[in-house]
Formats: sequence, structure tokens, C-alpha cells
Amino acid sequence: MNKPLTTPSSYDVTKVRADFPILAREVHGKPLVYLDSAASAQKPQQVIDAITRVYSHEYANVHRGAYYLSETATAAYEAAREKVRGFINAAHVSEVVFTKGATEAINLVAATWGRKFLKEGDEIVLTTVEHHSNIVPWQLLREAVGCVLTVVPVAADGSIDIAEFAKAIGPKTKLVAVAHVSNVLGTVLPVRDIADLAHAAGAKILLDGCQGIVHAHVDVQDLGCDFYVFSGHKLYGPTGIGVLWARQELLEAMPPYQGGGDMIDTVTFAKTTWAPPPAKFEAGTPPIVQAIGLGAAIDYLNSLDRVAAAKHETALLRYAMSSLQQVPGIRLIGTAPGKAAVQSFVMDGAHPHDLATVLDRSGVCVRAGHHCAQPLMDVLGVTATTRASFGIYNTMAEVDALIAALRRAQEVLL
Amino acid sequence: MNQSAPLNDDLRSLYQEIILDHGKSPRNFRVVEHASCKAQGNNPMCGDRVTVTARVSPAGVLEDVAFEGKGCAISIASASMMSEALAGQPAAVAQQLFAAVHDLCTGKLDADQAKAAVPPVLGDSIDKLASLSGVRQFPVRVKCATLPWHALISCLDGKTQTTTEK
Repeated sequence: MNKPLTTPSSYDVTKVRADFPILAREVHGKPLVYLDSAASAQKPQQVIDAITRVYSHEYANVHRGAYYLSETATAAYEAAREKVRGFINAAHVSEVVFTKGATEAINLVAATWGRKFLKEGDEIVLTTVEHHSNIVPWQLLREAVGCVLTVVPVAADGSIDIAEFAKAIGPKTKLVAVAHVSNVLGTVLPVRDIADLAHAAGAKILLDGCQGIVHAHVDVQDLGCDFYVFSGHKLYGPTGIGVLWARQELLEAMPPYQGGGDMIDTVTFAKTTWAPPPAKFEAGTPPIVQAIGLGAAIDYLNSLDRVAAAKHETALLRYAMSSLQQVPGIRLIGTAPGKAAVQSFVMDGAHPHDLATVLDRSGVCVRAGHHCAQPLMDVLGVTATTRASFGIYNTMAEVDALIAALRRAQEVLL
Repeated sequence: MNQSAPLNDDLRSLYQEIILDHGKSPRNFRVVEHASCKAQGNNPMCGDRVTVTARVSPAGVLEDVAFEGKGCAISIASASMMSEALAGQPAAVAQQLFAAVHDLCTGKLDADQAKAAVPPVLGDSIDKLASLSGVRQFPVRVKCATLPWHALISCLDGKTQTTTEK
């Protein structure tokens, strides 16, 4: 152990854990050790209560009825949008579009901005580490308009050299679409520098912020990006809600995504005109309660010392990395400097799925598989990895439980 | 009540000696020479891939069955035991044996019932394949055990691709 394993004294993880009722349960007769927050985070009581309160006392459709409950629900829904705006420091609340998730947000950009502004031969720059949700929408766009996908490679330790972006971004580049933080490796990409390169080439930049926003404060204006997307359920909020943030002028220039109620100005059979953003992109009854739940998650995170929480996660990661390396036969995948609290690894002689099955019987939940990043698995030369990811509620003792369970797994499998 | 004993029993029954042996040292892990058919099985959940090759004689006998690929202990052991069980058997029994293995894995049949469901010549094979039945306590892992069988059946049907998600 060469690193201090302390957590900031201002951060009371026991108190945070008490806010998450699921953490008190057992799995297979063992205390739950939840190390899969990168796939989906658990929910604090404050979020659960907010959802229950809306359904119990405040629920109606939004943007419609001229009655008290609808006005209340509309106000709560729009208040959630304002909470998101503040959380990411967007310039205008109208730049925050609610979607059903980050995947839909990326598909929205590909299907609207992409189809309108990209043509044959235009280039989109991605990286090897992208999640399938930041690959496949661009492949669909490629089929539609004939654009070209360029892939920036990842180094052996999981870092990505900014020089590789300088090589990949050129006069034909129209978009750079990259993860803020890799969901497999934890690598934090140099997104500010990438944004500068993209803009110097006249291209836009989209950041997949699913993992980025959960581990650090995000300021979309500081990051210099044009599009930022994330999902609610990884941010301790409900499923079925995500956010597309885009600069106002981009949203105004983009055609609608889906047609329906709520996204129109006037409709006649001869011609329909669109509502201004964000309503233009929110056809149909939106995920009202999920948006309000996301707002409650943001309130909850704002009630914590987020700098201390980030330091706590970093301390967990360091302890996990040093502890994992002491288990014989384990190889860490992703060791880039400054990475986020996500650690993939492989173990000699044990397939990740077998490991995850044995770990589960010790109450330890980890993700095993390709993590929706098959191209990255190919580059790493593996079909799958085991991944432990840490959230604001995890403890050093849970790292110890992971290590003990891995040693038990070796007894069963080797 | 002792909570840990049944857990260990579940895990022991999943990762029996014979499974670990076949998982670590798979038999017939190669490509069949002069194969008459070939099919790849994918498990999109985990990215595991198994490619099965076989040579069927004009008389309809499975002269050789082999496989290659990457997978967990369960899928590799299943493929290995499958290749041993079917070599020299009429191709027509493959589907029957798969049905018996599938029912063993889902808990529909126990070993004796599975034995009764296949031709007597496959009785010894069922004894070995019954070791896969530990997956019945782990529903998400049933697909691991059946992946190579799906690939084999596709192969014999003249298809080249299959998935556990169909």
C-alpha cells in the first residue's frame, strides 16, 4: 500500500449510505456490496420520496390543462429543467431537452442535426473507447448520408493522446463525438483540448457525459462543447429520463426529431409550424415524473460536498487498484492517470462471467461482459472484462469484500 | 440457519470438477478438417463467440465435431462435452440430445429422465452432460450452456450464424 487511503474528513459516507435504503438489504444472505454504479446507480430516499409525492399528490399531464394540478405538475417539470440547467451551468434553460435517456439524446442529434448538416464524405471523429450508443447512431447516419467515421486509438494504459486527435481532425471533420469518461476504463478524456481542436477545424463536438457527470462537476460552457448528453439513472435519478444539452443556435437550426403533441406551434393539414426549443424536441407526453425525480437527484447531489465526494471516490479507486494488484493473476485494464472511479480487470483462468457469478453469491455486484464497447474489447484483445465501479456511497470495507470474494472465486474456479 | 452452506452447494454444483476440467482443457478445440458445415454462435449479452465445425458423412453420420472460440467455463465445457458426445453419432440425434441438455439446464428433466429421452447409446454422454444441470440455479447462465448447441444445430441446418437471443 503506497498511497494514503484516507477519505476527506468532511465526507461522511455512513450518512450518505443511510440515504440509500437498498444498501441495507442482503443478497444471497450476504450484505449487498454494490459495485455497478457505472451501469446504474442506486437511488436515495429523497428521489424515491419525490416520485411517490408526485404520484400521490401532484400528478397530472403537463403543458395542457388549465387546472391547478396540471399547473403544479408543469411547474415541477419545468423546475426540474431549471435544476439541470444550473447543474451543468447552461446559459439558457431552453437549451435543456429532456429525452428518455442518453442513447435517445445521441440518436436525436444524429437524426436531426446529422441528417440536416452532414453530407457524403463529411467526417465524424470517434474514439476506440466509445459505448455502442455513441457508435451505432453515427453508423445509421453514415448509411443515410454517406459520411465517414474516423476512430482515434487508445493507448495501452487506456489514455488517449491529444496528438491523436490533432491527426484525426481535419478540414472534412464536421463532428467529434466522444465520451467525457470511458465507461470501461475510467479514462477522463482531455475534452477541453479536443473541443478547441474541433472548433479550430470548424467542427462541432458532442460529449457523451454518462460517466463524466457522475464523477465530477460539469460546466458545459467551460468544457467548450456543443452537445452534452447524460442519463438520469446513472446520476442517482430514475430510469427513463436523459438530457440533451445543446447550444441554443444549434437547437434552433435542427429540425424536429419526432412529430406529435407538445412540439408544435400551429397544425393544419397544409402546414405545421414547430414550437421553439426545447419543446420542439419533446413530442408527446414527456417522462414527467422521471424528470422531477432527476431534479430531486440533482438537489440531493447539491446537498453534498461534491468535491469531497469526488475525493472519496478517488480514494476508493486508489485502494481498489492497489488491492486488486495484490491478488495473483489479476491484470488491471485501464490505468490512465487521473481516471475516474471505474476499474476493469481480468483474472487468469477465470472468465469474467464465471467471476461475476461467484462474486454474486458473496453479495458483490460487479459488471461482467463487453460493457457495450465491443470495438474496445477487440483492441484490448479480450472478449470481456470484469468491472467494479464506485459511487458516492461505497466504502473501503466494500473494496475489501470485493477482494475477499475474488480470492474465494479463485478457490472455486481455479 | 446457516446461510452460507447452500450458496456453496449451488456454486459447487455449477462449477463441478468435470466442468472446470473441460473448461480449462477443452476437447476438440480446433477446426474440423474437410468440414461439411460451420456456424458461429454469439451471445450478445456477453460477447462470447463459439464457432462449431462438423463433418457429416453421406450416410448422415457426424464423423467429427469441433469448436473454437472464447467463452466462460460453462459454455466452453458444454461445447467440449457436446463434441465428445456426438462424434460418430447420426446427425439426426443432435437435436434430440440438445433438447435433453436444454431440459436438464432449465430443470425440466433430471438426469434419469434425460437419459430416458435419448437413444440408449447416448446414456454415458448424458451422465457427463448432466453436470451442466447446475446452471438451473443460475437462470442467466443457461444461455452459456446452450450457446454451442445453438451453433451446432444451425451448422447442421446449413445456417452460418446464430445467437442466444432468438
